[in-house]
Amino acid sequence: MANKTVQFEIKRQSSPDAPAVWESYELEWRPGMNVTTAMMDIAANPVTASGKPTTPVTYDSNCLEEICGSCAMRINGKARMACSALVDNLEQPIRVEPLSKFPLVRDLQVDRAVLFENLKAVKAWIPIDGTYDLGAGPRVTPQQQEVNYPLSNCISCTCCMEVCPQFNEATGFVGAATIAQVKLFNNHPTGKVLKEERLRALAGDGGIQECGFAQNCVEVCPKNLPLTNTISDISRDILVQKAKDFLLS
Amino acid sequence: MATPRIIVVGGGLAGLSAVIKIAEAGGAVDLFSIVPVKRSHSVCAQGGINAAKNLKGEGDTTYKHFDDTIYGGDFLANQTPVKAMCEAAPAIIDLLDRMGVPFNRTPEGLLDFRRFGGTLYNRTAFAGATTGQQLLYALDEQVRRYESEGKVKKYEGWEFLSAVIDSKGIARGITALDLRTMELRSFAADAIILATGGIGAIFGKSTNSVVCTGSAQSAVFQQGVTYANGEFIQVHPTCIPGEDKLRLMSESARGEGGRVWVPRTQGDKRLGKQIPEADRFYFLEEWYPKYGNLVPRDIATRAIHKVVYENHLGIDGQPMVYLDLTHIDRATLDRKLGGILDIYEKFVGDDPHDVPMKIFPGMHYTMGGLWVDFNQMTNISGIFAIGECDYQYHGANRLGANSLLSCIYAGFISGPNALSYAKSVAAQDGAGGHAAELTRQAGINAKLLKNEGAENPFKLWRELGDTMTKHATVIRYNQGLKQADEKIVELLERYKNVSLADRSQWANTSFAFARQLKNMLDLARVVVQGAALRDESRGAHYKPDFPERNDERFLKTTKASFTDSGPHFEYEEVDTQFIKPRPRRYDAAN
Repeated sequence: MANKTVQFEIKRQSSPDAPAVWESYELEWRPGMNVTTAMMDIAANPVTASGKPTTPVTYDSNCLEEICGSCAMRINGKARMACSALVDNLEQPIRVEPLSKFPLVRDLQVDRAVLFENLKAVKAWIPIDGTYDLGAGPRVTPQQQEVNYPLSNCISCTCCMEVCPQFNEATGFVGAATIAQVKLFNNHPTGKVLKEERLRALAGDGGIQECGFAQNCVEVCPKNLPLTNTISDISRDILVQKAKDFLLS
Repeated sequence: MATPRIIVVGGGLAGLSAVIKIAEAGGAVDLFSIVPVKRSHSVCAQGGINAAKNLKGEGDTTYKHFDDTIYGGDFLANQTPVKAMCEAAPAIIDLLDRMGVPFNRTPEGLLDFRRFGGTLYNRTAFAGATTGQQLLYALDEQVRRYESEGKVKKYEGWEFLSAVIDSKGIARGITALDLRTMELRSFAADAIILATGGIGAIFGKSTNSVVCTGSAQSAVFQQGVTYANGEFIQVHPTCIPGEDKLRLMSESARGEGGRVWVPRTQGDKRLGKQIPEADRFYFLEEWYPKYGNLVPRDIATRAIHKVVYENHLGIDGQPMVYLDLTHIDRATLDRKLGGILDIYEKFVGDDPHDVPMKIFPGMHYTMGGLWVDFNQMTNISGIFAIGECDYQYHGANRLGANSLLSCIYAGFISGPNALSYAKSVAAQDGAGGHAAELTRQAGINAKLLKNEGAENPFKLWRELGDTMTKHATVIRYNQGLKQADEKIVELLERYKNVSLADRSQWANTSFAFARQLKNMLDLARVVVQGAALRDESRGAHYKPDFPERNDERFLKTTKASFTDSGPHFEYEEVDTQFIKPRPRRYDAAN
C-alpha cells in the first residue's frame, strides 16, 4: 500500500523583483505533521510533485511552538503561524503564500521591521532610572496583573496588521499590536509617566483614527489579545488627551 | 581614549543583559543576531526564575539556593561564581519587576513564588507559564530604548561566522554574514561577547529553537577557544514528542501539583481518565518520597526511562507516561500554567484540563559550553561568553528556573568586565587580522557554493541527530559513544560532497545551514568523546557500566581544545571551597 501523502502548493519568488510562481509538492504524511515540517521535508528533498528539482523554501521560523512570532504566513488564505498549522486540520492542497502587506524578501519571507519601528515611536518601554539595585518594584494587584499579562503576550507576529483593511501605505496605520503595547505600558505604575507622549504619538495621521473597526485583528490573533477592547480604551484616552492639550494650548 | 566598542553576538536574555549594562555605562554596542532579537530562543523558557526572596516565611536563604544548585549539579560547578549568582538573584528579580515584567502576584500585590525541581522551597518567580518570553520582552524594551537613543546598533539577520584574532592572539572583532544579501563583512571591536545559546540542533530534535545550532561556539572552538564539560546534556523529563521538535511541558506543571504516573498493569487498555487511583503507579512519588515529582530533571528522566524500558509500563506499550493536572481546578491552571496548556492543546489536540498529558523526555539544555574564567572571559583575550553557551553555573545538571537567572547574571557581569578589559587592552598590530580572516571566510563560502557531490546537508543533519540522540542522551555506553564518533567522522567525510540545491546569493537559507552543519559536526565530537572519557555517572551523564560518581578521578572540569585530528582533552580541578562534596541521593532523606 502506498504511503499516505499530503499535497502542498507554495508560492515561490526568488527575489523581490522576480516573478512569483506556484509550485506543487507531494510529501509523505506523518502524524502530528505541521506546515513547518513540510518546509523541512522539502529542504531535505527539494523536488516538486512533478519530479522537477527545485530549491529549499526560504521562510522564517524559530521556536516552532508559537511563542517567537517568526513563522507567520498565509495558509489556505488565512494569516496564521505555520508551526501550529497542523496538516490534518487543513483542506488540501494546502496553499501557502507570504504575508501580503509587508515587503517580500524571498518565497515566504517578508520584512516586518515596521512593527519594531512603531514600538520605538510609542516608547514601548518602562523608563527605569537605572539597572542598579533600587529595591522592589511597585506593588501590582493580581487584578492589574491579569489585565496586563495578556497584553504582554503579543508575539509580534503581525497577523493583526496583515488582516487589517486599514493597514496599508495610504493610511500609514500603526496597527493593533502597537496600540495594545501602548495600553500595556500606560497601565504600568511606572510606565504611565510616558502616557501622554504615547497617546500623542497615536493621535495624528497613521494613529488610532485610522482604525475602521473591522475587527479582523481580534479574530486572527493567535494569542487571543483583547485587541478591539484595547483600541476602544486607547481611543477614549486619546480623546481626553486631545481635550486636555486643546485647553492648555 | 575613544569610547570602547563592544560586539555582542546573540540577543537572548544573556546578550540583552550585557547590552544594557554596556550602554548604561557609556560604551558603544553592536548587537548581532540571526533573528530579530525579540524572537530569540529565551522566549521558550516557561516556568520561572529562581531567587531566594523568602517571601513565603519558609526561612529560605541565598546560601540554601547556592547549596541546592551545587548539589543539583552533582558538585561539578565551580562554587565561587555560583555563590555570587545566588546572592545577586533577589536584586535581579527586583530589577525585572521594575522593568515591568508581569509576574504573578499575591493578594497583597507582592511577587508570587512557586516550587520547582531540586528544592524544597517556593523560590521561583513566574509570569504565568511564559516567564522567558516576559523577561526577554522586558530586556528587549530596554534595549530598544537605548537603540532609539543611538547607544546600540542592531544587526538583526546577520550570522556570526568567526572571531577576528590578531597576530598576538587577541580578539579584534568578528566576521558575519548578512543572511539576506549574503554579504560577508568584518566588524571591529575592542571586545566581543558571545551569547549564542545551546546546541540542541546537534541532537536533531530537541526543545531548542531552530537557531540553537552551537555553530558560533564551534567556530571559536576551532579558532582556539576551550570548550568545557561538553558531555553534560540535559534531557528534560516532560516533553511532547513531535515530528519537527520536542515541545517542552514546563517543570512548573509539577511545581503546581502535577503528578507523573503510568498504569500499574502492563497493557492496561483503558483511557487515562478511566483508570482508578489504585491502578495508577505514581513512580516518582513512590521512589522519591521527599521530593516526589520535583526531583531534579536527570533523576526524573532516568526514572521515566526505567519505567518504560525496564518495567515496560509505558502507556499502551509506547514510550510515554502521563503528566496529570486534571485534579487541579481550571481557574488556577489558567492563571498559573495557561501558556503551556495552550501549547499542548494546539499541538496534540487534547485539553489537559480534562485529560492527562502524554509526555516523554527530550534533549533540552547544554550544561557545558565555552570555558570562561570568573569574569566570563574565555582563554582568548577579548572573547567573552555568557548564557547557555558558557559552562559556568550548572555543573553536571541544571536545576529548573536557574537558566534565566544564569543568563541575566552572566550578562550583567560580562558587560562591565568587557568594558574594563576594552579600556586596558593594547592597541592592535596593523590591521588586526581582519583582512586575513575575511579571506579565509570568503574561501569557505566560495568552496561551499560551487561544491559538487551527492550529499544533501539536511539529510546529513538528520543522520547526525539520530546518532546523537541514540548514543549521547540519557543512557551512555562506551561502545555506543565510539560508534557515534565514527559516525560523525563519516559524516564529516561525506560533508565534503555536499552540494547545494540553491546556489543563489539572496536569502539562501540552505547555504547558511550548510555552514552551520560543518560546525555542528565538529562540536558533536566534543560531546561524544568527552562522554566516552568520563567513566563515571554524575548528574545528567549516566553510564550503566560505571553507575557511581568517582570524585577521585572525575571531580574535574573537562576541557577540550581543537586540533586537526579531533578534540584534545585535559582536566581542571573544580573550586569546592564552600561546600564539601557529599553523596547525591534524592531517594533518601538528607
